[in-house]
Amino acid sequence: MNRKNLALGNEAIAQGLLENGCAIATSYPGTPASEILSSLARLQRQTGAALHAQWAVNEKIAFEIAYAGCQAGLRTAVSMKQVGLNVAADPLMSAAYMGTSGGFVVISADDPGPHSSQTEQDSRLMAMMAKIPVLDPDSPAQARELVAVAYALSEAFRIPVMLRPTTRVCHARQDMAPLSPRPPERQPAFEKNPARWAATPKFRNQLHHELERKLAEIAIYPATAPLKLNAAGETPKAIVVSGVAAAHAREIMADLGIGDRIALYQVRQPFPLHTDFTAQLLAAHSEILVIEETMGVIEMQLADRQRVRGKLCGAVSRVGEILPEAVENSIRQFAGLPGRVPSLPTVPGRRPTLCAGCPHRASYFAIKRAAPRAIYTGDIGCYTLGLNLGAVDTVLCMGAAISQAAGFYHAFKNAPKPPDIVATIGDSTFFHAGVPALIDAVVQGVKFVLVILDNRTTAMTGNQPTPATGTGAMDEPLNRVAIESLVRGCGVSRCETADPYQLEAFTRTVRAAVKYSRSSGPAVVIARHPCLLDKRRQEAAALAQAPTVGDACDGCGYCLKNFECPAMGMDPETERVRIDPLVCSGCGVCLTICPQKAIAACARD
Amino acid sequence: MQAPLNQQIVISGVGGQGVLFVTRLLAEAAIAKGLAVLSSETHGMAQRGGTVLSHFKVGDFSSPLIRPGHADLLLALKAEGIAQHAAFLKPDGWIAVNAAAAPADGGNRCCLALDADRLARAVAPKAVNLILLGFALAASPAESENPLFCDLAEIQSVLQKRLDARPQLLENALAALAAGAAAPAAV
Repeated sequence: MNRKNLALGNEAIAQGLLENGCAIATSYPGTPASEILSSLARLQRQTGAALHAQWAVNEKIAFEIAYAGCQAGLRTAVSMKQVGLNVAADPLMSAAYMGTSGGFVVISADDPGPHSSQTEQDSRLMAMMAKIPVLDPDSPAQARELVAVAYALSEAFRIPVMLRPTTRVCHARQDMAPLSPRPPERQPAFEKNPARWAATPKFRNQLHHELERKLAEIAIYPATAPLKLNAAGETPKAIVVSGVAAAHAREIMADLGIGDRIALYQVRQPFPLHTDFTAQLLAAHSEILVIEETMGVIEMQLADRQRVRGKLCGAVSRVGEILPEAVENSIRQFAGLPGRVPSLPTVPGRRPTLCAGCPHRASYFAIKRAAPRAIYTGDIGCYTLGLNLGAVDTVLCMGAAISQAAGFYHAFKNAPKPPDIVATIGDSTFFHAGVPALIDAVVQGVKFVLVILDNRTTAMTGNQPTPATGTGAMDEPLNRVAIESLVRGCGVSRCETADPYQLEAFTRTVRAAVKYSRSSGPAVVIARHPCLLDKRRQEAAALAQAPTVGDACDGCGYCLKNFECPAMGMDPETERVRIDPLVCSGCGVCLTICPQKAIAACARD
Repeated sequence: MQAPLNQQIVISGVGGQGVLFVTRLLAEAAIAKGLAVLSSETHGMAQRGGTVLSHFKVGDFSSPLIRPGHADLLLALKAEGIAQHAAFLKPDGWIAVNAAAAPADGGNRCCLALDADRLARAVAPKAVNLILLGFALAASPAESENPLFCDLAEIQSVLQKRLDARPQLLENALAALAAGAAAPAAV
């Protein structure tokens, strides 16, 4: 019996990789891409496939490892989120020129919305800039199919191929035919050819000519040509869609019953846009609406501004996720149909917050006490939510907490009273991009405190291992890198490790580090306590304390404002703080923070 | 012959409540019946205690998202989800909500409330999601013109398969589901 399974979009992509003989897959975690590699690692364990799957310290490293695999003739893949592709942009641009030997798929998952990202950038534009083809799936099932297409395309033209799913593909679930893995068939073989693989600028010019020739041929490659999704004949109007907008539009066109009046085309390869399709589209239709996420990549290649509507004229929003209600409204307007789909009311939802018992909450509380008027530079991860506690002033990109601390130091160093500067960065982010920034800060003698929030995992994206964990993507044992050694190796002479749950002692450590930094340069505090969500580390859970609020509570709200634990709330009847036992983790840090000492520990039943 | 079954369900709650787990149980029940499934979920930043919203569609669909005015059922694990998400419902759509009393802001729609938090403290502290699902499954045929595509027994069977190797978890999950199914709606 061919029973279907439920698959997440990212699992479907992993299935596609395994079914097409991928031999090396690398990644750095980032929402919405994280589950691609973890699914692949799980499928590898289940099937015993000969596949190297690994988390790399950052996207650039991940890209370069996977790229070398395809230089050795294997089928390989690298996956990341759109902001991660910025980190890998350097090797991407160059790999496009040099091309590939085996098939190479670069998966960059975009986050229109943006649900969990700093930007809404469109990776398809990065593909355009690098001059490589990009495929834009509309569903988990199509993402899986396009992995096969991507490998065939990559090998036919010896070029890296981008697969660009969005959040609504990565985090959609769909019924799916079961996996039929195909083991990698090839043996690695590296053909030395320095003129290509180590080309000097003179040869790069030739490679650029070659790349342009490849693109012209890819623009007529039959396997990635646009599809006509309905039976409309010679209609004056046509709608062109790609990605998840195609999934929305197909359903909406059927609901509105206008499938015979307006032709609907799906572009699966937004760059390079097929030249025959472009010519036929402009010849056959007088009015064209393009709906795509996030930028007008297809639209700008249909260079007829009189007849093409889309983001440039405002018919489709340039900002945010193109929700199906927006797609319906665009289509209604284009088709001349009355009515509008209302949008949802804008009711403020709950803002995200650090979990109850999160060690970062205690760290931030201590930092604010130790350096109340400091500039707090922050970074990317769960702990960005320290901004709720007023302990994060800036968030730019991975690793920037440290370089921005340096920038603020240089800006203020001649001021009469320079502020203290406290940077916070997670352990995984420190490995990713913090180390070079710390080296620079040491060399420049930057007077600041770096608190490395070390919860022993990459928590935001689902608890992937870090270089300090000692296990890999497939739970295999690996070497460890100690953060202390790394910090000292960067040239930092004052580095202390403390547990933020021991709030008083931890606060003293931070205070001493701040004092040291004022006179002597960088000081590092490693705030070490395991993430409560990391199931590998059960020692983090099951504390014996059940904090309860006693009669001394005068309802001042200090704890709610300054500690913001989701287990705490004001009881409107008693006008006292109440601790919800269903939410409380029992960390016991709140015992220390109440100015009235009204919170006491009871034994947990 | 029956018309092809098409059903759209919105499940809302906050991070940590198990919105995605409920969605997955419904999806697996649908697949077991040979129905096509599409759903969309929230990950990452939003899961840190923020609002979590899951779109679930069973039948002939291509989009993973539900448009406002198209959902058959809103399963709200927090009462505040009604103000935020009731606009997804079509006029004859209905609501099953975790609330001490039936909230007034559900419009004219059929709104069935159960104090699942209170029940959870007695039955299974972390199983508000299953209690409310059991409640909705039991209430659906009697109270609604628009019954759910699956029944209690089908969800029980999905749970049994999923938690086969973990008998204690399975027992708790089934108890929570049953407690919800047996509970009367709050007024």
